[in-house]
Amino acid sequence: MRYAMAIDTRKCVGCSDCVVACQTENNVPLGFCRDWVVEVVDGTYPNVSIELRSERCNHCDNSPCVRCCPTGASHFEEGGIVLVEHNKCIGCGACIQACPYDARYSHPEGYVDKCTFCIHRVREGKDPACVSVCPTSCMYFGDLDDPNSKVVNMLKNRKFKSLAPEAGTKPQIFYLV
Amino acid sequence: MHTRRKFIKISSLGIGATAFAGGMAKWAIGSTSPTNISTGSQSLAFGKKVATYCEVCFWKCAGWAYVTPNNQIQKIIGNADDPQCNGRLCPRGTGGVGMFSDPDRLKTPLMRVTKNGEQTYREASWDEALDFIAKKMKEIAEKYGPESMALFNHGSSGKHFTQLLNAFGSNNVTAPSFAQCRGPRDTGFELTFGESVSSPEVTDIRDTRCMVLIGSHIGENMHNGQVQEMSEAIDKGAVIITVDPRLSTAASKSKYWLPIKPSTDLALLLSWIHVLIYDDIYNKEYVAKYAEGFNELKEHVKDFTPEWAYGITTIKPEQIRQTAREMANAAPAVIIHPGRHTTWYGDDVQRSRAIAILNALLGSWGNRGGIFLKEGIKIPEFPRPAYPKPAWSWQDTLNGRYPLAKESITNTIIEASIPEEGKEHQIKGWIVSGTNLIVSIPLKEQLMKAMQSLELLVVVDTMPMEITGYADVVLPECTYLERYDDLRATAHREPTLCLRMPAVEPLYETKPAWWISKQIGERLGLGAYYNYTDFKEVIDWQLKQVGLSLSEMERIGTKKFARKTPVYIDPNSDHQFKTSSGKIHFYSKELEEAGFDPMPKYTAHDQPEDGFYRLIYGRAPMHTFSRTANNRNLVALMPENSVWVNPQVAELWGLKKDQYVWLKNQDGIVSNFSVKVRVTERIRWDSVYIVHGFGHHHKPLTYAFGRGVNDTELISKISVDPIMGGTGMRGNFVTFVKVQPKKEAKS
Repeated sequence: MRYAMAIDTRKCVGCSDCVVACQTENNVPLGFCRDWVVEVVDGTYPNVSIELRSERCNHCDNSPCVRCCPTGASHFEEGGIVLVEHNKCIGCGACIQACPYDARYSHPEGYVDKCTFCIHRVREGKDPACVSVCPTSCMYFGDLDDPNSKVVNMLKNRKFKSLAPEAGTKPQIFYLV
Repeated sequence: MHTRRKFIKISSLGIGATAFAGGMAKWAIGSTSPTNISTGSQSLAFGKKVATYCEVCFWKCAGWAYVTPNNQIQKIIGNADDPQCNGRLCPRGTGGVGMFSDPDRLKTPLMRVTKNGEQTYREASWDEALDFIAKKMKEIAEKYGPESMALFNHGSSGKHFTQLLNAFGSNNVTAPSFAQCRGPRDTGFELTFGESVSSPEVTDIRDTRCMVLIGSHIGENMHNGQVQEMSEAIDKGAVIITVDPRLSTAASKSKYWLPIKPSTDLALLLSWIHVLIYDDIYNKEYVAKYAEGFNELKEHVKDFTPEWAYGITTIKPEQIRQTAREMANAAPAVIIHPGRHTTWYGDDVQRSRAIAILNALLGSWGNRGGIFLKEGIKIPEFPRPAYPKPAWSWQDTLNGRYPLAKESITNTIIEASIPEEGKEHQIKGWIVSGTNLIVSIPLKEQLMKAMQSLELLVVVDTMPMEITGYADVVLPECTYLERYDDLRATAHREPTLCLRMPAVEPLYETKPAWWISKQIGERLGLGAYYNYTDFKEVIDWQLKQVGLSLSEMERIGTKKFARKTPVYIDPNSDHQFKTSSGKIHFYSKELEEAGFDPMPKYTAHDQPEDGFYRLIYGRAPMHTFSRTANNRNLVALMPENSVWVNPQVAELWGLKKDQYVWLKNQDGIVSNFSVKVRVTERIRWDSVYIVHGFGHHHKPLTYAFGRGVNDTELISKISVDPIMGGTGMRGNFVTFVKVQPKKEAKS
């Protein structure tokens, strides 16, 4: 089993509902976020294009955050989900430095926090909150090892990219372009 | 101007800030978490989910408020059965909990008093405040007649106060949603098809093969169902054509972006009509069967060639032809989107007419992928005595102007509130519910003059919006998450009913609008119009009339009904449009008889002088009007607006990214606050763009205060549509002021 997400940049309108839904689902303190939206503008008027992307922890296969964690708080769960065990985390911030995606933040309560792929929902057979709320339905979540999953289907039929592949982290969030 | 009614900052009272803001608000906005979800392995505990529909915008998506066992609202999730949201709320709906948990909410009734010669507010009991309002309303009725009370409203609460005014004997009820927004569109479509496209719009976007957006920015205007359907249409490979001086989000997803010179849209529309007719690619069968006035139209648009339009719009003739062919190829599964906020240049009904005519030429109305036929469910009115007939009404404030206005016009009600010798129809008292007139109505001077002249000004709101500072009495309403309201009965693809019920008890001393209305009504001897103790009795009675019950609706939240009529025109039927002749009107005799052009013509509008840029305003998906700028669940996504400037213009002015500037308009009006510069290739060089709803100047809005610029204050010139009174607001031009201008600081 390998959980992953595919996000269709052709459909995303950048509304940031994913951010708000994550906050209310996971009690993310205001002023912080586990996911966010990026807008990239390319070209000059009138030949301009934009790409909108909802970003979050890439739950990398080769995770620098897990490797550098001195206490083992950052670890893999089933399906490759990268989690932080808050009770074990000493808040040293090594993982924040190591993450090429800037996906982690220091929670005011002293530990490091980030996207969990809503593992509590996934275990109940539900999609992560961001996926389930998206008005444009531009996000797909599923198991890469399941040939019938929507994610596999999307990746089979569409061109896609991942972020900062040069970092060698083997990210598991794919952007359909 | 005398200042009988001095603007009062509610914060000066220092009320309530700590009274109730303890555990709940703090928790609801997520600063501390009651459950340890540190490893993400535990779900949060939920007590129950409560049916509601959203009030953050007019789309009113049905949802469920998740309430914890200790009565806190954790989250709001869309109701999967509601076709308006399909279980997916937009960011504002998801963040609606921030409206409930806002620490700056109005908390108790407030009454204007003079203390040591200074006007201020004091906290009052509900009885005191309501007694005072009833007394003043009686005085106004005795002196001038009940018609002299007017209501400005927006949203669900408005209905309850409309009931009060109607029972009192006035139908001077108005809302900015007509003359400041969708009025021209509705009028233009009614004149052409005999009916408007309604709200939510009856556009069949999910099945369209080609959609044209002209000044509409779906995706930034987060009208949920439309955004969802546009996404579906993109999936299915629909061609999108976007006409906008700015590369909107929708434009970036379009096959064609036509960056039109602002104010010239009508020329482009006319040339499209020309191409469809003269290239012989319009829907001939449909036009022959359902429309009349084609020959007049053909003759009328003879000279409106793409070459003619090129000189006006800056859109190349080949692009005009090509996009027209795209529409024709997709017809009738094509939508020239009617838009929503259409009060731009004062000839907006005519522009909407041109859009309607284009749709008709392509045969979109009544066809799959075009514009479908709506069906709703009729909810009987709760039994009440007949309303008294007012001696005069809002129509009398038009004074012979705007002959085709089908709804009341805010500005003529405001005008009627300014005393003048010999004025026959005078307004003396206002109730303002759910609309922040200071930010929603242009022509501030007129508004101020009117407010200073009133004998009673009551503001009902959940938040200390700017308008509250002018009230004699401020009534704190509870949010939509704490109250019952009317059933949402929607006419769309499927007739739908939705329930809103309180998820939690109202915080502070706040009360629902139905209760406030009933309390004032009873004090005025109008109790017979409120023959219930709790509004849920009304809802239950209404539901029983359609074979449902309140307990059933509490369980399901949303009920869809089977259609009885077809959703598209049956080609074998003798379909009649709702016009006088039963046909679509290319040539409008109604307009001709009222003294207007029977077919749309292009009129050149003013262009900015050197150094000035057209002020274009619009929406951001995470905000609604000026209503969410203080919502802590949304502000982090967009704390303030910015002014979009083309890089060439920025270079000319030496403007750097993120620099703060003030904006000054053609009449010398300088913005209250400064605004961040966004240098972007996404906009033409003759225009600047800002998102509406920022630049709050009322300090009690502790977060929103002073963030960004309020476009309304820079709109000092309006072009009124003579057909229906819409206030065209896109004819204002601004320049940049880089050094803080010296002026008296406003409150």
